[in-house]
Amino acid sequence: MPADFTFQQYQQELTDGRLTATVCGKCETYTTPPQAVCRNCGGTDTKITEIVKKGTIRTFTVIRVGPEGTQPPYIVALVETQDGPWVMGNLLVTDPGKIGPEIIGKEVEISSQVVKGDIYAIENLNVLTFSLV
Amino acid sequence: MREVAVAGVGMTKFGVSEKTNVDMFAEAGLEAIQNSSIEPGDIDALFFGNCLGDFEEGQMHMAPFAHSVIGLPMSSPATRFEGACATATVAIRHAALLVGAGVYDVVLAGGTERTTIMDTPMATRTFAMGCHAQYESPTGLTFPGVFGMAAHMYSSKYDIPLKKLKKHMAEVSVKNHFHGAKNPKAHFPKEITVEKVLSGPMIADPLQLLDCCPFSDGSAAVVIASADKIKSMTDKPVFIVGTGQASAGPLNFQQDLTIVKTRMTSIKHAYKEAGIGPKDIDLCELHDCFTIAEILAIEALGFYEFGEGYDAATKGETRLGGKGVTINPSGGLKAKGHPIGATGAAQVVEIVEQLRGEAGDRQVDGAKIGVVDTLGGDFGTICNIILRRG
Ligand SMILES: [Zn+2]
Repeated sequence: MPADFTFQQYQQELTDGRLTATVCGKCETYTTPPQAVCRNCGGTDTKITEIVKKGTIRTFTVIRVGPEGTQPPYIVALVETQDGPWVMGNLLVTDPGKIGPEIIGKEVEISSQVVKGDIYAIENLNVLTFSLV
Repeated sequence: MREVAVAGVGMTKFGVSEKTNVDMFAEAGLEAIQNSSIEPGDIDALFFGNCLGDFEEGQMHMAPFAHSVIGLPMSSPATRFEGACATATVAIRHAALLVGAGVYDVVLAGGTERTTIMDTPMATRTFAMGCHAQYESPTGLTFPGVFGMAAHMYSSKYDIPLKKLKKHMAEVSVKNHFHGAKNPKAHFPKEITVEKVLSGPMIADPLQLLDCCPFSDGSAAVVIASADKIKSMTDKPVFIVGTGQASAGPLNFQQDLTIVKTRMTSIKHAYKEAGIGPKDIDLCELHDCFTIAEILAIEALGFYEFGEGYDAATKGETRLGGKGVTINPSGGLKAKGHPIGATGAAQVVEIVEQLRGEAGDRQVDGAKIGVVDTLGGDFGTICNIILRRG
């Protein structure tokens, strides 16, 4: 990502309600979370921008047996954002245990929530969350 | 590059072991050395695989202790490799590369893992360290979850109703247990049924318990030697004729989980190096960590078209004696077990024993060329090794 933009800033932008990406000066592709280079062409001429927090569910799973410290069932999903890049996050619904493949292709709004660190990964991190439109 | 061959193999029984990581490796490593008709002092280097020793035993820096326990010379360096579940395959590939390049003549390579000392929540957590620590793990993603997402995408993309796909996935598990029942070193050497798979508890939708490989303990090792050295070591050399390895980032950048591009990249390199293609392969030990994973693998390795591999096990094509490539005659990760740092070495052990004609009840008749396929993390590492009977 541009040298002056850090993962911590990406996290702060999420806290402030913005989903940041890089936009490539050469091929105009968006990359999120921001990376050192453009995902499409590998170019380093990128700028930080904000992308639309809307997208479509491409796949998902319901985690029924989770790592220590988690409270299953919960849903992990991959969403294709309106601006192109895909993102991973948690789909928030009232009864995650009852969700099935019918949600693939459904539109979602993207937000984020803080997940507390554990003894192995001590940082508290914002993770993306999705809610059905 | 010089010609490189496997001189000897060793492997513990997979399952639940009381032994430490290093002691399991001593058993497998010494067996491989004896199987090669050499002494520990003849080994030029140790390429050692282990993933989670830091958590299983509080043991970082395990390689020199594994080196010491089998009395390797101080001048023969020990180096730890880590590529998640593909760890040992990556270690063996690099052993073959450095022997091929003439840096070493005789190398011991393999791995060890002691996962069952961790309870399921801790094992699930530490295995999930193979996912991206910032973008993936904080969602609570697990490995069954990764492949659950792949299965849902496969069903949706190819318009195969999930219920139908799940039945074919269950047949993969049934087939691998059919093979594993013939393998005395398997963790679960017993046959199962489709009904049993489909009635198990759900782990990560749509994967049920018997869609998933177990947590296992075990170790496996091989001795890799240059072709000129091999003559005095064995009269049944198995040559490493091609290898490949590829890397990729987190799943959100990989996007289509049904087409494993890392695997296609790695195997393309291996086929090219060997001067062969998928039609030349007699048998394959591949990464069936989950039933859907075997389906994805037989497609990306070129044995089936994309979207057409899902019913190969149901049709009996990938079973011993089937008309296709025999897939996972050892029982695969599913029945043989999955001590992650050792898995790739055990796959190589199986192919070598098959190509030597020493696989007993699970022998693939007339096997000449076999391929090893190991996946690490969420498709982020793939490593392939092609072996040919000498
Ligand atoms: Zn670009």
